[in-house]
Amino acid sequence: MDKYILIPLLPLTAFIINILFGKSVTKDKAHWVAILAVLGSFVLALHTFTEVLGGKTVNQDVYTWFVSGSFRVSMGFLIDQLTAIMLIVVTSISLLVHIYSVGYMHGDGGYYRFFSYLSLFTFSMLMLVMGNNLLQLYFGWEAVGLCSYFLIGFWYEKKSAADAGKKAFIVNRFGDFGFGLGVIMIFLTLGSVYYADIFSKIGTLQGQTINLLGYDVNLITLIALLLFCGAVGKSAQIPLHVWLPDAMEGPTPVSALIHAATMVTAGVFMVARFNPVFSLSEVAMNVVAVTGAVTSLFAATIALVQNDIKRIIAYSTVSQLGYMFLACGVGAYGAGVFHLYTHAYFKALLFLGAGSVMHAMSGELDIQKMGGLKKYMPVTYWTFLIASLSIAGIPGLAGFFSKDEILWLAYNGGPVGKVVWAIGTLVAALTAFYSFRIIFLAFHGKFRGTREQEHHLHESPKSMTIPLIILAVGAIAAGWVGIPSVVGGSNAIARFFQPVLGHPHVHAGHDEEWIVMGISVAVAMGGIFVSWVFYSLKPGIPRSLAANFKGIYTTLWNKYYIDELYDFIIIRPVKWTAVNVLMAVTDGAIIEGIVNGIPKAIANLSARLRKLQTGYVQHYAMSMAIGLFVIITLFLIAASK
Amino acid sequence: MSYPILSTVIFLPIVGAIFIFLIKRTSETLIKWTALLLSLLTFALSLPLFTDFDKTTAGMQFRETADWIPAWGIKYALGVDGISVLFVLLSTLLAILCVTISWNSIKLKTKEFYAALLLIEGSMIGVFCSLDLFLFYIFWEAMLIPMYLLIGIWGGPNRIYAAIKFFLFTLVGSVLMLVGIIVLYLNTGRSFDILQMMATNYPYDLQVILFWAFFAAFAVKVPMFPVHTWLPDAHTEAPTAGSVILAGILIKMGAYGFLRFNMPILPEATKAMAPAMMVLSVIAIIYGAVICLGQTDLKRLIAYSSVSHMGFVTLGLFALNMQGLQGGILQMINHGVVTGALFLSVGVIYDRTHTRQIADYGGAASVLPVYAAFFMVFTLASIGLPATNGFIGEFLIILGGFTASKVLGTLSATGIILGAAYMLWLYQRVFFMEVNPKLQGYKDMDMREILTLVPLLILVFWIGVYPNTFLSFMDASVQNLINRVNTAGQPQTAQHIIEVIK
Repeated sequence: MDKYILIPLLPLTAFIINILFGKSVTKDKAHWVAILAVLGSFVLALHTFTEVLGGKTVNQDVYTWFVSGSFRVSMGFLIDQLTAIMLIVVTSISLLVHIYSVGYMHGDGGYYRFFSYLSLFTFSMLMLVMGNNLLQLYFGWEAVGLCSYFLIGFWYEKKSAADAGKKAFIVNRFGDFGFGLGVIMIFLTLGSVYYADIFSKIGTLQGQTINLLGYDVNLITLIALLLFCGAVGKSAQIPLHVWLPDAMEGPTPVSALIHAATMVTAGVFMVARFNPVFSLSEVAMNVVAVTGAVTSLFAATIALVQNDIKRIIAYSTVSQLGYMFLACGVGAYGAGVFHLYTHAYFKALLFLGAGSVMHAMSGELDIQKMGGLKKYMPVTYWTFLIASLSIAGIPGLAGFFSKDEILWLAYNGGPVGKVVWAIGTLVAALTAFYSFRIIFLAFHGKFRGTREQEHHLHESPKSMTIPLIILAVGAIAAGWVGIPSVVGGSNAIARFFQPVLGHPHVHAGHDEEWIVMGISVAVAMGGIFVSWVFYSLKPGIPRSLAANFKGIYTTLWNKYYIDELYDFIIIRPVKWTAVNVLMAVTDGAIIEGIVNGIPKAIANLSARLRKLQTGYVQHYAMSMAIGLFVIITLFLIAASK
Repeated sequence: MSYPILSTVIFLPIVGAIFIFLIKRTSETLIKWTALLLSLLTFALSLPLFTDFDKTTAGMQFRETADWIPAWGIKYALGVDGISVLFVLLSTLLAILCVTISWNSIKLKTKEFYAALLLIEGSMIGVFCSLDLFLFYIFWEAMLIPMYLLIGIWGGPNRIYAAIKFFLFTLVGSVLMLVGIIVLYLNTGRSFDILQMMATNYPYDLQVILFWAFFAAFAVKVPMFPVHTWLPDAHTEAPTAGSVILAGILIKMGAYGFLRFNMPILPEATKAMAPAMMVLSVIAIIYGAVICLGQTDLKRLIAYSSVSHMGFVTLGLFALNMQGLQGGILQMINHGVVTGALFLSVGVIYDRTHTRQIADYGGAASVLPVYAAFFMVFTLASIGLPATNGFIGEFLIILGGFTASKVLGTLSATGIILGAAYMLWLYQRVFFMEVNPKLQGYKDMDMREILTLVPLLILVFWIGVYPNTFLSFMDASVQNLINRVNTAGQPQTAQHIIEVIK
């Protein structure tokens, strides 16, 4: 047990040391504390993983968190296949991002603060994935959200950064609102918030309905959808996706760790963890699949036209998260988590690569102002290229295997499955296109920035390039654990997940599998090809397209005006109500009106009393006396009866 | 140690206040140190309540009883149970912090200030410990006077208006309660014994009348919607220590009143009125939170947030189930700790800048980083982040509220969204973004200020990480209360009622 406790406790300790003594003691050595801690967690996670590979699972309480009547919850650990893979993802990416940050954050005024937040985040994320009950999950869930808030707003002097952090937190609270009610519903119907109890008892709710505002709603569907609300917030799905692109205000290593590889996948993790619940509701499953598919398409289309390198990758993340939900929604939880795992490596790599570019370009984000970076920063270029090939789904690389697994299982999944498969395939083409748009615009062609910037172009230091290289290995090889049998692999990861996540039944034969795979490879190649034509061969095409389809272009450029919409229908009306209704009318005119105005006599009396008083004490002594007089009089009346 | 603990913690500050009056006006240092030592001593002497409390029983403990005015059936009766004991401890703790936070900021009539502070402390504790209704009323009203003075003398520019408003609101409520008390007295065989009242079953119609009579006093204190408008003015104008006492203890007395009187003495009426109370609570949660979004004054915003948070408290209490009640009581403590801390924090910066306008701030995190960190922790506790105390309270309340009513439980949960919105927006405007030139050059918190906030910081995490320390105090008493409310009005007690009426 002690070993498992140490996995989250080491980063927590590092956090406490750096936040308390960072300013006075650890200072620019703060990274040592943080890195050693996360390295320790990583080693322990590896050890735990091998134990799980050997068939061991753990479900144990550490201490009782709180008890009230029949409600009881503890801090505890559930270590199984799903947890084990998440431990590897979280600790490995976190470790690499820590190392990368030594170079990237060098000289920043908040150096120790940055590393303490990273440690706190790692602790929180580990608590999230290791918990054996919903409330601990919720604890981790909110704590990672808090770290995200701190890190997005890390450069808090900038208004945009402070705004973005706040937005992330509040938008997530909308999701947590549903999630929290889901937790409560589960407790009220099943009497427990422990995973083991929930999964063993959930079947008893089958067929039960609950009356909601006059409608009978299937109980399991309701519970599943409430939980899914939380996932929609945390994993930035429509309609709560708006916070993630803004979150790019944070330092780039943070974008890689929190807003690509780990925290944002917590929603997928949660849905996968609750597969015994989701699987019992077809409606909920379809909602998950369709939300995922629509989000993936929606975000991919926005990514087509953006010029901010980090925002493109951010929309790509939203899109890929949609892919993972699409998988979960068709029952392919294993494939969803497999994609979560490969995505962690190639997407972290893309972000860290973008960070490396920004480092060289003095913070420049606009890919239109880059170009030809290939020759100045070869390591960054090659690793970025590998990541792009991986996300595009080029055979042999990590992203190919997980994406193929998802599309194949979706294809097998009934009518909804066919639809989301079609969307997913389209998205694969778009993904390849926009990913290579970055490659061609930023790394190929001629440099389009200022002379000043060109003069400073350089490859990043070793502390940054080594993590890039390691992640590139991951972006290539991470998927080899899931090579499907049709191409001679053993799909080890699917078998590994089988006990926790199950595996959907596959009806179609090998021929079809080859065709599905062929289509996805073809569209990926097509996407890259079109991108090459547009941004390398004939750069005039995108410009004339934008001019000819101005309506579509501006809609995409403005991200479908969702932020503006929310501002118009939620934020402004609420603020307006606060000022013009509650403050002016109810509190002001009505309540204060009654209090101050109506009993004129009382007002006059108090005014006179005010004049009467020479000192406050006497005044009160008098009112006390009056009070006592009233009591005594009433006593006498009562006594005389 | 054997000493009458409750009498000691009530009268040590009161006698101390008189003692301070005897000190020469010019000996300010002596006055301050006397007040500090008295409050520390009171706190130390109240600690056995924490360590020696028997958590297995629902009955009153540390009881002290003596005849006072036997002819009228008035007794000097004190005692605490699992519901009240924590408030005594919170009062003795906050009193110390009120003294230390005022150390440099109160320069006018220092002697009277600290005397008033100690008088309030003693009478507040008296309210929580009284087992005789007459004694309770004395303390209840006695506390008003020094509180009124605190706002009226040491408050901000608009202090007189705020003080009178506070006084009038409270007085109107209290008068109705007084009538209720007398009616209760006459119907309890001419006794003010609260425990006897708890064992008596009053006719339903009488219960309803009494319920509203007590409601008038307690709802104003909480304050519940729509009688909350005195609170923003009182808070805004009060000196820091006054705000801390208001938020920390005084407004808890309203909720405590519901727990101590309405529920156990008038159980049937409570059960019948609970839905209405819950509706009012949910209105307060949402109303208070939305109105926070329109505030431009630091203290006013936190005051309105209190309306919202106290809405959670009363929602939990009137859910009348274990989670709701325990969550409600815990949230009373939490609110005392967190809002008390927020007002202390505002006091810290106000002492430097002398402005409460949010627009006068900005970028404070760059100028006062340690202060920013403390404020952040209390902000997070206020928005109920897990591992802080606010989460445990809010979660239990929403759970309890949802159990009682799905619609109201769901509506109350919107409070967690709004709460995050107004608090984080406040935090951003004060601490983030570019440094407001007006803030340049201010010093970060000194050791006195840090030590004032650290105890509350510890409580935030203690209750957040291991709340059982505190929840376990309440278990027996709350269970007992639930049993009382649920078994009320059952036929076998009808005979008893008739006897009592005779």
